[in-house]
Parts: sequence; structure tokens; C-alpha cells
Amino acid sequence: MLGQSSSPPAVEVRGLVKRYDGRAVVDGLDLHASPGRVTAVLGPNGAGKTTTVECCEGLRAPDGGTVRVLGLDPLADAAALRPRVGVMLQDAGLPTGVPALGVLRHVAEMYARPRDVGELAERLGLTPFARTTVRRLSGGQRQRLALATAVVGRPDVVFLDEPSAGMDPQARRAVWSLVEELRADGVAVLLTTHLMDEAEALADEVAVVDHGRVIAHGSVPALLAGADSSTLTFRAEPGLDLAALGTALTPAGAPARAAVTETGPGAYAVDSPATPALVAALAAWCADHDVLLARVDVGRRTLEDVFLDLTGRNLR
Amino acid sequence: MTAPAAAAATPGAPAADADRAAPAGRRVRAQARFETLAVLRNGEQLLVTLIIPVVALVALGRGSFLDIGVGDAERIDVVTPGVLGLAVMAGSLTSQAIATAFDRRNGVLRLLATTPLGRGGLLAGKALAVLAVAALQVVVVSVTGLALGWRPDPAGLPGALLALVLGVAAFTALALLLAGTLRAEAVLAVANLLLVVLAVVGGLVLPVSDLPGWWASVAEWLPPGALGEALRSSLVDGAFPAAHLAALAAWALVLAAAVRRWFRWSS
Repeated sequence: MLGQSSSPPAVEVRGLVKRYDGRAVVDGLDLHASPGRVTAVLGPNGAGKTTTVECCEGLRAPDGGTVRVLGLDPLADAAALRPRVGVMLQDAGLPTGVPALGVLRHVAEMYARPRDVGELAERLGLTPFARTTVRRLSGGQRQRLALATAVVGRPDVVFLDEPSAGMDPQARRAVWSLVEELRADGVAVLLTTHLMDEAEALADEVAVVDHGRVIAHGSVPALLAGADSSTLTFRAEPGLDLAALGTALTPAGAPARAAVTETGPGAYAVDSPATPALVAALAAWCADHDVLLARVDVGRRTLEDVFLDLTGRNLR
Repeated sequence: MTAPAAAAATPGAPAADADRAAPAGRRVRAQARFETLAVLRNGEQLLVTLIIPVVALVALGRGSFLDIGVGDAERIDVVTPGVLGLAVMAGSLTSQAIATAFDRRNGVLRLLATTPLGRGGLLAGKALAVLAVAALQVVVVSVTGLALGWRPDPAGLPGALLALVLGVAAFTALALLLAGTLRAEAVLAVANLLLVVLAVVGGLVLPVSDLPGWWASVAEWLPPGALGEALRSSLVDGAFPAAHLAALAAWALVLAAAVRRWFRWSS
């Protein structure tokens, strides 16, 4: 598609504030999602992800800021938006006493030209439990049924709150491939996740959210980019002398000492480009100090590393 | 098609936006059918809405283990109107409160509110479903009563019908008030307790005249008592129970206002 970047945003959130009992759960959050793109809102539990999408879905009224979906106000223009927006709630929101496919058929009846229910069920692997009541479905099966109800009306914008939570790898792949198909069809997909691999695999854009704010955003490659894009981590006994090790790992003539941090008991990260010389220097220092290296990893940075850098905390 | 304002509001969207949703009538009917079937498919709901009233009618109408003040009327003629009231109370209060409370807890209300059905369509569908179930209850209880020898006064039928509709409205509003404010487990307990207690001492199945004096004069103007008395005076005596109908209408309005004020869509 031409001119994707110039098409109007499907979702535009500016300075969103939402308080519960006076406590700001979302605190000045900016976000946008475009047609034909998958935007992931990535953050730990309690970061404000669900509240943000609920404001976009018209389920909650913001305490501040503006939310526009397809140029419309999710509350004031709800009737115009509902036929064009598909929603998958975090708790699925499915009636429990009804057969799985009965729920999907019922939601399909709300639309003039829904997707073919049988084809969609086949696509997401719902057919084997089509006649099972929702109450008896596993968490992953419910999630897939909820995703089917979100897309059955051929929406322009889809909000998916933790879409692959509780799914086995096979079901996850079915979900991911459906999301990719939606993107190819020009649908704007906004999903929340606390799974780095999901964001890395699916998202064109990632907004990293913590404490109700976006602390970083951009494409996955852009977020991972930088001179120190490969990292060196290792495991050894806890309590190594970080200053001495840092000095040993600093190449001659380097402007500053390499920083070594103990990210957890016995888990270390070296904040320096991973080079063959660095690995050799680490091994030599450990041999000199009679320290056994239990494991050495040299790897590309992941979104989790980015998140750790930004917040100092692990994502899960 | 000639409304440029509508087209301008949705830039870049396909022209047929306006009719992407199914027509409102079809959405509401679909929801009504869905909810009605959900009641009829659920064993516990069926027990409360149909089986218990029919059993109560047979037991109270045929048996004589409970002393019911019938005056000069036939016992079955006094019992059947009360059981009609019991049935619609079970359907529109107990069954609806429990179903809505669990739908709320499970996020069903929120999900349906995001589809073209919306909150208004959801409520309209629910109201139609309650009326459909109530109609079915009235038919089943009436046929059973007629088979047992019930002979209602035809002059009282309009008043009785009005009483049933107002009763359904008041009880459904109370159901939504419970379901929209309390935890699902609490609703389960309260809704069942209300049914049992109010059916017996609320002037619904037993005439208000059988209740202790001070309580009778209160119970008569509460929804179950007002419904029971309205049904009995119309179907037994062929009267038009204006005062009790007014009481039911007032309860329906007050409870609906309370629902508007306090109902929460999510738990």
C-alpha cells in the first residue's frame, strides 16, 4: 500500500489520564496506531495497558487527554464506531452457558456482512469444540473464541488485550497468523502484551509502557538499535568484585571503564560491545580469580533488555 | 449517499459504513432470543422459572396442608393468581439477577457493549427476553391452573395483565440493581433468599390478610404484596386494582431510577 505513513491514524491518544480512587493509573499517555500496522503496547502488569485500551473502546471515560478512534470520540460517537471496531477483552467476556460456536454466531448477527462463521472457526481451530459450552473450554480455547468474536464483523480497528495469554504454542501461531492477515487487509491492530517475543514477532510499532506512561516507542529495530546492540551476559558465583572486573574488561585506551552490573544473584551484564577480546578478557579474569563461569551469552539485545535498561526491572 | 457530512466524518472509510451493523431491530431480537434460550437451556434457571411455580401450584391448589384464607372463593382460584405472581418474580427477579450478575462478572456486558448491539440494545434485548419468559410462565401456570379447576373472572383479565407487566418491570429493575451493584456470589444468595422469603411472607402467594396485622399493611405496598393483591382482586373478584397497580408502577420507576444511578457495567 502506498502512502501508509500519511494515512490518518486509526487510533490517536494524547495525554490520556485515568485515575482510580485518586491514583493515576494512566498518567499522560500518548499513543497512535495506523491502518495496516500492528501496534503493541508492551509493559508489565499494572502498567495501565488495559485501562488505556478500555478508554479507546469506549468502556471507560478518560479523566484527561483526548482519545480518537478513526477520528471519532469513543464515547460521544460510540454508535458510529461500534460496527467498525473489534474488541477482545482480557477476561474474554464470553457468556458461559452457551456452546462456543453459538456465541460466535450470536455476535456475528450484530453485523450486516459478517465473516463466514464456519471459515473463521476453522481458521482459528474452534471446530473441534464448537458444541462445547464456553464454561468447559480451556483458557486458550476461550481466547481464540474471543479473538474470533473480535474480528467476525470485519472491523477497521481491532483492540486485542493480551491476545495469546494462556495459549499453547500452536494456538498462538494460529492467532499470530490471523493478526498478520488482518494487517495485510489494512486493519489497524492495537494489542497489549507483556510477552516480548509476541511484540517482537508481530508488532510494527511498539510502545513500551510503565507507570501509565509511554517510556519508549518506535519500530522494533529502532528500539533495539544502537552501538551496544549486542550484549554480553554471564553467570558465575554471586558477589564478584564488579569494579575490579570492570577495570580488567576495559580495553587499553578506552575513555571509560566498562560497567559490569549484577542483575540478579550470580547473573551479570557487561555494558560494553561484545567482542572476541572482551570474552577472552572475561575468561582470563575469572581464571585468575578461580571463578567458574557457569554460562556466557553473547546476544542481540531483546525488547526485554530495552525494558530493563529503561526501568531497571524485569518485564515478567 | 447524498450526505457529505456523514462521509466526511469517516475519512478513508468504505462508503457502506452506515450499514455495516445489522439493523437495530434485528440486533435486539437476536439478543432477546439469545437470552431467552440461555434461560431455557439452563437447568437451574428452568427449575426456578417454571418447575417450582408449577409444583407450588399443584401442592397449594390440591393439598390442604397450608391454611390459606380464601373467604368464599375456591382455594384454586385464590392460589393460582399468587402462583402467577410467584412465577414472574422468579423469572424477572431471581433468574435475571443471577444471570446478569454473572454476565457482569464474566465481562459479557462489557463485550456486548462494544459490538453494534451497544448498552441500549443489550437492555432492550434483555427486557424482551424477560417478557418472553414471563409470557411462557403465564401460559404454563394458567394452563396448569385451568386443568386443576381454576376459573378466573374474565372482567379482571386486563387488570391482571397490567399487574403482571408492571410486576415484571419492577422486579427486573430490582434484579438489575442487585446484579449491577453486588458481587455475583452475593447476588446468587440474595436473589434466592428474596424469592423464598417474599413469596411466603411478602403477600405474594399467601394473601396479605394471612399476614400479621402491622406487617400486612406494609407488605401490601411492597412489590410482591402489591402484585399478589392486584392479581387476586382482579382474577378472583373481577375488580380493577388501581391502588396496587399504582404502587407497582411507582416501584418500577423508583427502582429504574436507582438502576440508572448505581448500576455498574463492570465488576
